Formats: sequence, C-alpha cells, structure tokens
Amino acid sequence: MPANFTPSNSDLLRFLPETILIAAGTLMMVLDPFLSKSKPKFFGHLSILAFIAALLAAVAANGDPGFAYSNLLIVDGFATYFRILVITIGIFAVFSSYHYLDREKAETSEYHALILFAVSGQCLMAASNDLIMIFIGLEISSIASYVLAGYLRHDKRNNEAALKYFLLGSFATGFLLYGVALVYGITGSTKLNEIHTALAAPGVSLVMVSVAAALMIIGLGFKVSGAPFQMWAPDVYQGAPAPVSAFLATAPKAAAFAIFLRIFVTAFQPVASSWEPILWVMALLSMTIGNFAALTQTNVKRMLGYSSIAHAGYILVALTSRSEIGTTAAMFYLAAYALMNIGAFAVVIHMAGKGETNVQISDLAGLGKKQPFTAALLTIFVLSLIGVPLTGGFFGKFYIFRAALESNLVWLAILGLLNSAVAAYYYLRLLVVMYMHDPSEATEALEPLTPGLRTALVLPAIGTFILGVLPGFVLNFARDAAGIGK
Amino acid sequence: MDPLFFLLFAFIAVACGVNVVLQKHPISSALSLVAVMASLAVLYLLQGAEFIAMAQMIVYAGAIMVLFIFVIMLLNAGTEETKGRSWMALIFGVPAIIGLLGSLAYFMQTGMPKLGEVKFGDWKGGGAYEVGYALFTQYLLPFEVTSVLILIAIVGAIVLARKELD
Repeated sequence: MPANFTPSNSDLLRFLPETILIAAGTLMMVLDPFLSKSKPKFFGHLSILAFIAALLAAVAANGDPGFAYSNLLIVDGFATYFRILVITIGIFAVFSSYHYLDREKAETSEYHALILFAVSGQCLMAASNDLIMIFIGLEISSIASYVLAGYLRHDKRNNEAALKYFLLGSFATGFLLYGVALVYGITGSTKLNEIHTALAAPGVSLVMVSVAAALMIIGLGFKVSGAPFQMWAPDVYQGAPAPVSAFLATAPKAAAFAIFLRIFVTAFQPVASSWEPILWVMALLSMTIGNFAALTQTNVKRMLGYSSIAHAGYILVALTSRSEIGTTAAMFYLAAYALMNIGAFAVVIHMAGKGETNVQISDLAGLGKKQPFTAALLTIFVLSLIGVPLTGGFFGKFYIFRAALESNLVWLAILGLLNSAVAAYYYLRLLVVMYMHDPSEATEALEPLTPGLRTALVLPAIGTFILGVLPGFVLNFARDAAGIGK
Repeated sequence: MDPLFFLLFAFIAVACGVNVVLQKHPISSALSLVAVMASLAVLYLLQGAEFIAMAQMIVYAGAIMVLFIFVIMLLNAGTEETKGRSWMALIFGVPAIIGLLGSLAYFMQTGMPKLGEVKFGDWKGGGAYEVGYALFTQYLLPFEVTSVLILIAIVGAIVLARKELD
C-alpha cells in the first residue's frame, strides 16, 4: 500500500477556513486565564479578526475548487456560498453580543470560542461530500449550540432551553444516523457522489432508499425546524440568551439547509420523486403552523421563533420544486432571511435590558418617538420579513414561488402566498405598537445604541436593502453554484 | 456454528437492551447496558472486526460504564418512582414502535443487497493495522476533526458546570 500520510497543499487550502476558526477558538482557551478579567472585550475582537481571516480563506479556497482529503470534502461555489454566509452571521453574532455579555456579567472567552467552533462545524457541513463528515460537522455545530443556549446558567429560562434543545436534538441526530447507516448498507458508500452513482444504477430497492431518505428527513427536518419537528424552536429561541437566539435562528439553520440541499439534490437525486410528497406536506405544515401560532404571541422572541418556522416552510417550498431554480431560490432566501432575522433580534437584544425583562411586544411601544433610528431599522427588517418590495425578503419569496410555479406546484405556491398574507398581520402589529402607542416604561428607560449593536443593526439593514434593490450579484453567485447535482 | 453464536448474542443484546429501559434501579439498568455492550463486541468479532470488538470492550464496557456507575453512585440515585403511567404512551407508543421496527426489519430483509453469509475468519480488514492505516490515510480528516468535537464537549461541560470563583 502506498503510504501517503501528509495532506497535499490543495487539501490544506480547501480546509483553511475551518482550520483558522478552530485555531482561533483554541487560542482563546489558552489566553482565557490571562485576559478574561482584565480585557473581556479582547476575545470578541479576536473572533472578528478570525472570522474575517476565514472569510478571505473561503474566497481563496474557491479559486481552487475540487475535492480534498480523499473526496471527503468538496469546495465548489455552493460550499463557498454557505461558508461566506455562516461566517458573516458569526461576525454579526459577535457584534451583537459585546454589550449583552457585559450587561449580564458573563464570561466572554468561552462564549466567543463556542461561536467560533460552531461556525467551523457549519463551514465543514457546507463543504462536506461525505455523510460521516456531515455528521461530525453537524455535531460540532449542535453541541456548541446546546451549550450556548444555556450559557447564562443561573437563568432558569436558559436551562430549560438548553435541556430541551439537547434532548430533542440528540434524538433527532439518532434518526439521521440511522438513515446514514441504511444508505451505507444499500450503496456501500458514504460519499455523496458515489451514493448518487449507486442509486442511479438499475436494480436498487427503491423502498429501502425511501425508508433511509425518510429517516434522514426526520433528522434534518428537526435541524431546520420544519413541522412536524418544530416543537423545540419557539421554546429554545425564547429561553436562550437573545444574541444566541439570533445566532441559532440563522447560522445552524443555513448550514442544515446546505446539507439538506446537498444530500437530496446530489445523493438522492435519482429517487427524487419518492421524497417530493413528504417535502410538500412538510413545507405546507411549517408555513401554516408557524404563521398561525405566531399570531397570538406576546413575547417578541417567541414570535420570531414561530416566524422562523414559517420561513423554514418557504425554503422547503423551494426544495420541493427539485430544480436548479429552486436551489438558487433557497440559497438566496437563506441569505436574505439571515440578514433580516439577525437585525430583528439585534433590536430585541437592545430592548431587553438586564436579565431580559423587556421582551414583550408591548415593551416596544413608543420606540418610534424615543429612538427613531432604531425604530426605522426595525421597520426595514419587519418589512423584509413580510416580503415588501425593495427588501431582500421580497425577492427571496418571489424567486421561491416562481420556482414552485415552474415545477407545477401551483397549490403549494397559492397556499404559501396566502400564508405570507397571514404573516403580514403579526409583523405589522410590531410597527403599530412601535409608532402608534405611547412610550412604555421600557422605552422611556432605554439606553442609547452601543457601537457593537449599531454595527449589528446597520450592516444587516444595508444588506437587506441591497438584496432588495440589486439582487443580481448574490443571485448570480447562487445560480452559478446551484448546479451541484451535475 | 456462526449463525448460532450470532443468534445467541443478538438475543442477549436485544433482551438486555429492553431490560435497560424496564429496570427501576439505575444500577440494574447500567449493568444491563454492560451486557449489551459486551454482546455487541462479540457480534463485531464474529464479522471479523477484531479492533472494533476490543475497542468496544475496553472503551464502552470498561471505561464508559465505570464512569456511568460512578456518577450514579455519586448522585446516590435511588429506585425510580412511577406514578400515573401515561395511557396515551401505552396505547399509541407501543404499537408505533412495533410498527416502525417491524416495517424496518421487513424492508431490510427484502430491500438490502444480499452479499452472502459472513463466516468468522474470512475477512481480514478489521485488525488494528488495517483500521489504523485507514484512519491515518483515507479517513484522516474525520479522525482529526473528531478531536474538535471532543474539545467542544469538554468546554461545554466546564461552561455549564463550573463554580463561580468570586
């Protein structure tokens, strides 16, 4: 056997973004005893530097696309798109948590290290060509997320969120693994391109493949919080610290959709017709349950939790259409969704106050009079969540429903559009409370925006606006990257 | 002989697996789990996976179960109290489990490719040399990245369980 124990240079380059993030996270653990008391903000600065370095590395790796580490990793446009997306979310998560951690007197080093590790796992998921790598990346991201959800461990709401997330998440991972084991049993491989070849050959038992696909849909459906596996989402987003909720609602979901797309568009593509009805039902249930449950919420974080289920439903509509346009639409929507959701949660972080006492919708009353700038930014995010033209959310929904129509999913598109109309009601309620009501105690006592939060608000707002006015750049990138099935 | 050994240890594994759930005292559950791990090790060995069988014995049945039992003793966990078992779980859960496992078994019997019978000693890919070689060449990346996973688990345990020093 020829021994080749050293990875080649292109292997190292294609794995560089993850390496940088992991190294920075480990470095924080080493520096923690020396700096955590004297310079708590240092760790945030360090992780932003690491994220920017990883972003550049992801772009550099895209210049040399191909497989790495004996076909376990693949660097292509699709991987790069999602790497850039989750790293950007990581940067915003750090900006939005400087002031929060200070206010809650929490340790900063472990928090930022866990965010770095979680993002490294998500980058790994985006670039995996192998079910084993996908599983390891998913677990890195998930375990870091469970801990982050319970980060302020003296807070009972945090404990509840972490425990629920951990128990249900581990259970869902079990289903995913069972599916992986069956796929390996049928095809004799865990590499996605080899699975594709094995399934395309004649004589494969379609029933068995469908069982495996169904088990994997359960696992992945949980991770993207698609109904009927959505129960955990509102509880976790409500209980977790607000910056963590912002992170959990966006980055792990984007990475989970990345592997969902990659597995089902490449490996399971030969048996696509058997999973279409399952996704159809899942998409409809997610949109309906998410939107109708959000109507009656009084807690902003919980409402955003239900709305994130509905948005997962819209993206599942794009997946159901099983076309390259559908993949493009899902990729574009995930970027728009991440920006508007991070922004909306950043306003919640700003409003919440010490111990997160002010997270009711009524606490937003009079924000338009007291802090018109913050209110204007929240208005942009809310309009984008509704899907009003000139925002990223509009083009996201437009492309998704166009993809559905082109794949003859007329009913799903109609029901989805009706759902968007229902959603407008609870989003507009935020604006009504903010502009039409007299200032509440919470808004009277509100501090001015801190520089970190201002960044986490203004940059996503600009991004949302750019995606709404000039979607071409991101859309073209997504369209070029969407041909992963070929 | 091989099918007989397989049936024997597969039966022990399943029976002890059910027993883990049914026992009321945590120590009894933990000991049943040891039996599950040990019989799984025999099943691996029957297929020729020597290294995995030994790792299963040493790591799972040995190290991890000892930790389990230490934790149970440290917490001084007593017999589980059952009050008002959920009828819903009994009426819907049990048939659902039987249906799921039954259909999986059926599909596996009919749908999986038939590769012939496994005989002990036929296959020599499961020794320490072969496994080690695969881990450091073809599966280098997952092997190394798993260390990150373990690091996060340690950091997470410390974050959630440490005492405040000040």
